[in-house]
Amino acid sequence: MQDFLDALVLQAGYNAALVTLGAALLGFAAGAGGSFLFLRKRALVSDAVAHATLPGVGLAFIAMVALGGDGRSLPGLMAGSALTAWLGLLGVEAIVRRTRLAEDAAIGAILSVFFGMGVVLLTVIQNMSQGRQAGLESFLLGSTAGMLYQDAMLIAGGGAMVVAAIWLLRRPMTLVAFDPGYAAARGVNVGRVDLAMMGLVLAVTVIGLKLVGLILIVALLIIPPVTARFWSDRADNVVWSAGVLGAVSGWGGAALSASAPSMPTGPIIVLIAAALFTFSLLFAPVRGVLASVLARRAFQARVHRRQGLLALSRSEPIHDGLTLKVLTREGLIRPDGVATDKGRAAAAKIARDEHRWSVARRLHHDTALTGRYDGLTPIEEVFTADEIALFDTRVDRIGAV
Amino acid sequence: MGADFVQFSLTPILVGIFAAVACALPGNFLILRRQALIGDAISHVVLPGIVVAFLITGTVTTWPMLLGAAGAALVAVVLIEAVRRLGRIEPGAAMGVVFTSLFAGGVLLLEQSDTSAVHLDVEHALMGNLEQLIWLRAEGWGSLLDPVALAALPRELTRMAVVAAIIAGLTLVFWRPLKLASFDEGFARALGLPVSLIGFGLVSAAAAAAVAAFDAVGSIIVIAMFICPPAAARLMTNSLGRQVGWSLVFATVSAVFGYVLAGYGPIWLGATNSVSAAGMVALVSGVILALACMFGPARKRVGVAAG
Repeated sequence: MQDFLDALVLQAGYNAALVTLGAALLGFAAGAGGSFLFLRKRALVSDAVAHATLPGVGLAFIAMVALGGDGRSLPGLMAGSALTAWLGLLGVEAIVRRTRLAEDAAIGAILSVFFGMGVVLLTVIQNMSQGRQAGLESFLLGSTAGMLYQDAMLIAGGGAMVVAAIWLLRRPMTLVAFDPGYAAARGVNVGRVDLAMMGLVLAVTVIGLKLVGLILIVALLIIPPVTARFWSDRADNVVWSAGVLGAVSGWGGAALSASAPSMPTGPIIVLIAAALFTFSLLFAPVRGVLASVLARRAFQARVHRRQGLLALSRSEPIHDGLTLKVLTREGLIRPDGVATDKGRAAAAKIARDEHRWSVARRLHHDTALTGRYDGLTPIEEVFTADEIALFDTRVDRIGAV
Repeated sequence: MGADFVQFSLTPILVGIFAAVACALPGNFLILRRQALIGDAISHVVLPGIVVAFLITGTVTTWPMLLGAAGAALVAVVLIEAVRRLGRIEPGAAMGVVFTSLFAGGVLLLEQSDTSAVHLDVEHALMGNLEQLIWLRAEGWGSLLDPVALAALPRELTRMAVVAAIIAGLTLVFWRPLKLASFDEGFARALGLPVSLIGFGLVSAAAAAAVAAFDAVGSIIVIAMFICPPAAARLMTNSLGRQVGWSLVFATVSAVFGYVLAGYGPIWLGATNSVSAAGMVALVSGVILALACMFGPARKRVGVAAG
């Protein structure tokens, strides 16, 4: 526990601190960048991009070895992975634009074919004399073991640059994510904004390769935005809180992984993000499961209260268990089912308002107002006191009450 | 094409073909229903499934692993549906949340448990061991008629053949409801077909194919075969029957050429070692799809203005 707290406040050694900061920045960039993708309903495009990095890693290794280098230099591998990820992205776009295949088929095709190509290249590298210790498999799941100072700086610096780019591009990207047609009418170049969005996703993927690995980086691009969406309906709030959620996952995950054995960084970061997601799914206000259940039950109680009171006003017996329960709980009826004074008053009011509504529907031709009659909205919320007084004169003339 | 071929290459090629066919058949309908990525999701959650099965039984034997993988696939499908409905999230994102989380859980479990003594790792689940499915008892083509040698065929071959046959049979039996539900769900529902049951059955068949195939051929082939042959076939024709036919041809061609290229290609090029057969099969299916995208007679969208 002490180890974890140390790691959390960056006191677990220089290298661990660097990794933790890098993971937090990466998480922020991934969460914020992934939000636009999620709002644009193209979250899984990132899966194709991520898998398409593998052949690039292999090709870059082969190229660097052929040029007499070490082959394991992170910037070189990242450049290679960015190249093939870009090709994969163009592939997805081309399939969707030029053929009748849907985007999900295009994503799956690019993902599996590029990944297959990468696996072929990995076996080629294993057969090379310099390839035995290449350790390129670590890019599948990420690894922080033996991370160099330059690597950590590269990740942190890259993450910071992506965050800055998101800040600069937030307005056009929000516009396009919500309504591409409107954005185009406003003169925004939708194609170019989409391209920038994908460029950011690609940057996050490439930066995250070393830390989280290409299979799990998708999680950082998808889970925090989905989580943030539970808490807000405003696009800018979603983007920045997704960034914060991603950063918290990255920070906590890296700290946890540094403080305990057999805790791989990537999966831990993803699992923390998943835990935040699960909490939000269950307990977020308004959109969470618990809130939905409560809202549904409150609605049910209102319907039963109204039906029960209408029955009381007509002196009809009530048999429904839930109705009896709701009325008893509010003290409108006694446990033996007889209405209390309060209950009789409430029943009279409901019955009077019913009549007012029926008059209103005959007098008023403004359906925007009378259309709000759903049996549950109090009439005072829809019409002014003067109007209600007018309805009452008609009610008296009909002699209904 | 002598004894060596029968001993070392015949069974992997056959297993590859059966796996490809078993995945491509449901893939045809998944693509039409815009559920192509469910295969991707299922192949990811196979890992936590086999890790949990290993932790419970303590061994790496076939049946517990298959059951674990099938259980995980089922859990994933249910979770995706639950997240989609409860959270009102679009299907793609719901899928992304669920399969990455389960996969991360699988990797963590794998790291935390002591699996050093057994051959169980992420790369194995991804790449399979197609090359190792050799038929040691075979001495030549004559062994195909020798009951003793036939009894020593790798079990993966029989299993994959049975699964492929079952899926083919199910596709034939449920052809009409599947076709109706895939093209026009509203119409199918109006006819009184149990549309959601058909959808669930299709996803279950896909999961069964993925689970049976993964330990013989690895997840890469599974994902590629779910999508690439049916997608290429869709660009060849407007008839579903012909599309399924094309997809089977493409799947078979990918499996055969992929294996041969991986096994013999490097040797023809002067290298000494073969490359990953699983990766090469996926690559060949991708080349077929690319060709279909460029030259397939039915590649264009119908009823959409050009450009």
